[in-house]
Amino acid sequence: MSLNIKVQTKDQYVLLNIEGDVDLYSSPDVREALLKLTKKKTPTILVNLEKVPYMDSSGVATLIEGLQQCNKYQGRFSLVSLRDNVREVFELTRLDKIFEIHKDVNEALANGSV
Amino acid sequence: MAKKIEVRITSDPQMLSVLRAAITQVGQLAGFAPMEISKIVLAVDEACSNIMRHAYKGKKNQPIIVTCKLKPTKLEIVMHDFGNSVDVEKIKSRKLNDLRPGGLGVHIMKSIMDRVIFKNGTDEGNFLIMQKALPKRQ
Repeated sequence: MSLNIKVQTKDQYVLLNIEGDVDLYSSPDVREALLKLTKKKTPTILVNLEKVPYMDSSGVATLIEGLQQCNKYQGRFSLVSLRDNVREVFELTRLDKIFEIHKDVNEALANGSV
Repeated sequence: MAKKIEVRITSDPQMLSVLRAAITQVGQLAGFAPMEISKIVLAVDEACSNIMRHAYKGKKNQPIIVTCKLKPTKLEIVMHDFGNSVDVEKIKSRKLNDLRPGGLGVHIMKSIMDRVIFKNGTDEGNFLIMQKALPKRQ
């Protein structure tokens, strides 16, 4: 399954929609998209994983890098709409305690200063 | 007699999706629940990614042989490559509170599988053996 990445710019946040498996092959594309946003110091980045059926540690590592870049300028970096097996990867690595994770965009908007 | 499934791929990351599809079928054959299958698939993907990155250092045309043995009480998956012998100490899992990209693969493998055994630098190449007990039949 090829990866499709779309950036939606809203009034107060940017939604990064990812569609497809995120693995060693495709994670460089996610990295490129994320770093474009963090280089511009995008204040709030919501990463929508609703259409990501699979993610491995290279995908998680890419998101860690995005989070770290965002933290450097005190931005907000949030993951939304994770499928159960993708959420499991974050739980296995205990990164569910590090990332801000919400069940959907509405919950993220209701639970933060966007 | 154990059932045996052998998958041979090249060390191209694009092959990972092919391997995942094969391991999903093996997991179903072994009788694991869907969430357990997705975790086993993840463990194999992590092992294969490590071979591509560390043993073959990103070369895409090198062989990786994945042998799945369905034994009476356990599933055994053997990853075999002919790349550089990686120092197991260097690829051991990092501390989870050390927040940096990378170093998560070995931790994931060990969390999911019952046994993870590295046999690197043998005359026949590197082997990674992963075992998981089969689900108990109802």
